[in-house]
Amino acid sequence: MSRYISNNIIPAIKTSGLTKTFGDTIAVDGLNLEIRKGELFGLVGPDGAGKTTAIRMLSAIMEPTKGEAWVAGHSVISEGETVKEKIGYMSQRFGLYEDLTVIENILFYADLYDVPKKERPLRIESLLGFSNLTPFQDRLAGRLSGGMKQKLGLACTLIHTPEVLFLDEPTNGVDPVSRRDFWKILYDLLKEGVTIFASTSYLDEAERCTRVCLMNKGSILMDDNPAAIKRSLGLPMFEMWSDEARKAAEIIKTVKGVHSASLYGNKLHVAVNSRELMDDIIIELGRSGITIRGHREILPSIEDIFISRVERQ
Amino acid sequence: MSPGTLAVKVRGLSKLFGDFTAVDAIDLSIKKGEIFGFLGPNGAGKSTTIKMLCGLLLPTSGNGTVNGLDIMKESEEIKKKIGYMSQKFSLYDDLSVEQNIDFFSGIYGVSQTKKIERKEWALDMAGLLDRRKTVTRDLPGGFKQRLALGCAILHAPPLVFLDEPTSGVDPISRRNFWNLINEMSKAGTTVFVTTHYMDEADYCNRLALIYRGRVIAEGTPNDLKQKYMTSYVLEIETDRVVEAMETLNRSGIETAIFGSLLHATVDNMEKAMPRIREVLGEAGIRTERVERIVPSLEDVFVSLIEAA
Repeated sequence: MSRYISNNIIPAIKTSGLTKTFGDTIAVDGLNLEIRKGELFGLVGPDGAGKTTAIRMLSAIMEPTKGEAWVAGHSVISEGETVKEKIGYMSQRFGLYEDLTVIENILFYADLYDVPKKERPLRIESLLGFSNLTPFQDRLAGRLSGGMKQKLGLACTLIHTPEVLFLDEPTNGVDPVSRRDFWKILYDLLKEGVTIFASTSYLDEAERCTRVCLMNKGSILMDDNPAAIKRSLGLPMFEMWSDEARKAAEIIKTVKGVHSASLYGNKLHVAVNSRELMDDIIIELGRSGITIRGHREILPSIEDIFISRVERQ
Repeated sequence: MSPGTLAVKVRGLSKLFGDFTAVDAIDLSIKKGEIFGFLGPNGAGKSTTIKMLCGLLLPTSGNGTVNGLDIMKESEEIKKKIGYMSQKFSLYDDLSVEQNIDFFSGIYGVSQTKKIERKEWALDMAGLLDRRKTVTRDLPGGFKQRLALGCAILHAPPLVFLDEPTSGVDPISRRNFWNLINEMSKAGTTVFVTTHYMDEADYCNRLALIYRGRVIAEGTPNDLKQKYMTSYVLEIETDRVVEAMETLNRSGIETAIFGSLLHATVDNMEKAMPRIREVLGEAGIRTERVERIVPSLEDVFVSLIEAA
């Protein structure tokens, strides 16, 4: 029995010094986290930060080298099988059977998780409904588009009504329309009280989480709600747009007092030491023949904070 | 436009698989040195088109040229003159960085005299000069991606196809990768790229949006934002974004989340602006700001797909 059950408030996820090493490489370095029930927790970080390793340990798929973690009140080390029953885990390459139909894939996972036969029809109907796969239930999984495959993967992951859902970069390679559909499903799940732990490389998605954790080199750099993370920059930030944004960025970076200038499509996010600097910047750009279509002060995006913190490290 | 200035010129390109039309009579003209972005939902026909242009898949019908070579008759020649990198580009994980480069040099028939020079160039480009002996498996994703690009263009092709090259790559590596694409384009290489990151689409000189096998919009990023968007995009800032979205959607105002903000696409701005404040106010949600913005490419993409 884990000591958190006696506490009466059982966090959905709790880790204490969770560590994983591979030879000389420390993939996850002493992770301490406590995630409440019903949170939508977003894990972000550069490639190789340790995100997937952390998720695998929390899903009781991989043994920690050191430390401990409890998921839904159970130890991932001593009660790994119980943890697996209580969670859903969707990896980057979720195992769908391409030569089985949509419904056959879901039934396969229902068998795997021992979902009672009489509960199945209702559960499957609801999963097909919210993933918008009802019209495609007899189509072979191999003939679904990328976005639909992701939704089917999610439906399979949810067949046993898990308390905690782990998603490892679920929207990689998924188009903008399907990404929106996918996130709508996550909001519905959240309303049902499911705790969601998702890693993502789309930082606009991180903004939608109730809590964001920035990880780099196996450790946590920041862990807070999105608004607090955005305020942490501590510098005024301006959005500017120009048809020559890339050229403009190069020039802006040379202006004294400019902290950073990052490209976002035809827009720039520029962090400055003082607001007055914007006049200098516009004059400097004018000298190089670059016109600014407009600018306004904005709250930094999570992506701005990510770049600033990771590059500083 | 004379064919000499075009890297790709195809007319009526189609591909059928059985009775399924994957690509339906598309026309494309891509100028030399251009960064051409090919956008579309999953399953729209992007990869099939790329495979036909690369000489990997014979079109069912259509005609045209790639690098001046006939796509119906000279596919073997085309293959030698292009670079191709897919999202699943298979570097050999158990080979070192240098061994991977040597392997692809061999495949692409890089001459002995050029081989060493091109290898150093690729190592430099990928930022791997001091990691040449590292086993590829141990490289962070961003480096793997750049190494894959380096390997795809060892033979210095005038045209390179990149199929979702930055899928699942972190924001810093993505920016570095696009710096490389930009340098290639400046040096005269034509870049044909697909992506699901709409901020990246903005870095292209020209775009085509493909849906159900057909090109449904085409032009510069600005063309797409202006010509194809007849409705207005409003940006809404509230204290509770998800609730605000659901409330507005229930009232028939379609919105989508952009970071911590909402975008609403509306036909009548004068009516919609007060209505949005009213609906949110009734639900007890505070509206900080509603203002018209230049649509992002994501707004354009979603609105075109939903209208199609």
